[in-house]
Amino acid sequence: MTMMTGAEIVIRCLQEEKVEYVFGYPGGAVLHIYDALFKQDQVKHVLVRHEQAAVHAADGLARSTHKVGVALVTSGPGATNAVTGIATAYMDSIPLVIISGQVPNEYIGQDAFQECDTVGITRPCVKHNFLVNDVRNLAVTIKKAFYLANSGRPGPVVIDIPKDVTAAKCKFDYPETIQMRSYNPVVKGHLGQIKKAVHLLLEARRPMIYSGGGVILSNGAEQLTRLTRRLGFPITNTLMGLGAYPATDRQFLGMPGMHGTVEANLAMQHCDVLLAIGARFDDRVIGNPQNFSSIPRKIIHVDVDPSSISKRVQVDVPIVGNVPDVLDEMLKLLEAGNASPDAAGLAEWWQQIEEWRAKLCMKYRRRKSVIMPQYVMEKLYEVTGGNAIVTSDVGQHQMWAAQYYKFDQPRRWLNSGGLGTMGVGLPYAIGAALAHPETQVVCVTGEGSIQMCIQELSTAKQFRLPIKIINLNNRYLGMVRQWQEMFYGSRYSESYMDSLPDFVKLAEAYGHVGIRVEKPEDVEAALHKAFVDHKDDLVFMDFITDQKANVFPMVAAGKGLADMILTEDL
Amino acid sequence: MRHIISILLENEAGALSRVAGLFSARAYNIETLTVAPTEDVSLSRLTIVTSGTDAVIEQITKQLNKLIDVIKVVDLSEAAHIERELMLIKVRAIGKDREEVKRLADIFRGHIVDVTESTYVIELTASGAKLDSFIQAIDAGLILETVRTGVCGIGRGERILKV
Repeated sequence: MTMMTGAEIVIRCLQEEKVEYVFGYPGGAVLHIYDALFKQDQVKHVLVRHEQAAVHAADGLARSTHKVGVALVTSGPGATNAVTGIATAYMDSIPLVIISGQVPNEYIGQDAFQECDTVGITRPCVKHNFLVNDVRNLAVTIKKAFYLANSGRPGPVVIDIPKDVTAAKCKFDYPETIQMRSYNPVVKGHLGQIKKAVHLLLEARRPMIYSGGGVILSNGAEQLTRLTRRLGFPITNTLMGLGAYPATDRQFLGMPGMHGTVEANLAMQHCDVLLAIGARFDDRVIGNPQNFSSIPRKIIHVDVDPSSISKRVQVDVPIVGNVPDVLDEMLKLLEAGNASPDAAGLAEWWQQIEEWRAKLCMKYRRRKSVIMPQYVMEKLYEVTGGNAIVTSDVGQHQMWAAQYYKFDQPRRWLNSGGLGTMGVGLPYAIGAALAHPETQVVCVTGEGSIQMCIQELSTAKQFRLPIKIINLNNRYLGMVRQWQEMFYGSRYSESYMDSLPDFVKLAEAYGHVGIRVEKPEDVEAALHKAFVDHKDDLVFMDFITDQKANVFPMVAAGKGLADMILTEDL
Repeated sequence: MRHIISILLENEAGALSRVAGLFSARAYNIETLTVAPTEDVSLSRLTIVTSGTDAVIEQITKQLNKLIDVIKVVDLSEAAHIERELMLIKVRAIGKDREEVKRLADIFRGHIVDVTESTYVIELTASGAKLDSFIQAIDAGLILETVRTGVCGIGRGERILKV
């Protein structure tokens, strides 16, 4: 075996893991690694303009594929800038490996230049982290990091490497597999529990399926769709779970929660058996947990993470296991028993649901003079044929995209659901566009969010990524404005976005195409121009939208799911 | 309800802070925490005394199990167990108090391990509750300093926490 430097080992390990793109930013503590990167061409490096975007872009790549996203940052500010990206990935269980440089071992604790306690700072927002003090532990640590990141409940793993370790030499030995006595994620669900669950499902008169991001992360969409169709039950997908079940299908009731549909929320509330899969009864999904629990229903909860079960809501049948494995087992039992659900009960339940659905809670008032943001989303859906990968930032535009763009496939909708990080949209689009050169990537954003990572327009130019940016520009931090209107007596404290840049000129300054759209009748033509005429360009579309548009339905924070505010209530 | 949770974890740098950090991040309460290596030096045994409803304790156990460095978690208070804590307490011992303190230490099966003209240091090993009662029993004005290790515990009989 030949001797290799720590830096060479890092790059070699990335090659062994078949990493195609590393998103990063060089600096003092990672110079050896960047030098090793320079001497090869298998692992491609994407130079971002801010470390936060490096992690977001790696995250976007991971969300849109099933691969581990990789980011490389330097010590001190490089690592602290990455923290928002790491915490974002952690909240949504995204598999990432973040390699950070550290000051040399002998300087640690001396308040050296660009020193910070990266392992300490990131500890609460990683699945695990490592400080590698010795080059001999480097390869095995990287192996562990990739294994941890993408097994069990996925998550980000940080590897902090002091600079002297990247210069030191040792023999390279990359383990094929890894065994950790302290880490053995459960795969197969408990068969007795699964039988109990199937029995409950078959007896249900008002069943409901509620699935979350876990189904997407575990590649369980196909099994979920088969099971749902086999049972004929209504289904809802959370914000993180959109695309796990085809949104255009009749059994799909839309998204649940704070901005969910009437039919999804009422079915969640009034069902007698709830099958929760890869979801975590988040406060934005079930509203007030006391209110939710006050209505008697049996709950079956399938999740790979035992700590997600009975965390916010007491569960009757817990099933710990990998989602597709558990659903396969359920399907097998259904086939073997040749059993069917209670047809009469189900028919009555569907009749009730159709009544709720007939309220058409997603309808909104069209305006002749001003562009309604919902209308832009509907047209975007039409123009892209529903086939785009859509990323979003955080706020009203995120909810409108989730409500009006119908996702029929998994991994087509990328957004920060857990942490709610403004600024993810563009870097997510960069990661997704690199991973899917054949697929149209769209970033739906607002004039507030886009400015939080706008510097990445430069990265997108460098790598010639034909992302289409849909900026729903209402000159307000719209979701803040909405809450201030509804709960703070319309006192719009600091939510007006003054002194906005000319986004068209800004896009042009970065070398892209900019289009401003101010009238409803121009929306469709502008989209065509962007998606057809400028197919190969990044196009920044600045839609000047209605300032007063609010997201409905809405369940106010702390209220029960049935307590929805609809448009006509105002 | 008070619970004694025993944890086997990898004896690695930072492992303890992962456990302590989990408790503070999720607003769980820690009454005492002790940690030391076991007969296998690659393993540490950590004992935490905490309190909470059954649901909170269930979450604590699950969250602890989720930490990568944690190998096993047991709620010792779920079954028969032995609980011990060591206390060193320095008290003023002059005049008639000198005799009284000695008597009290004997009653609690404590040992006087340091003697000066005016002070005693008493060593006492017992359950946390018994140490509390010793402190209650002694005249508060006489106590100069107390130091307690925190609780450690072990299951009775064949109940064994091992890899």
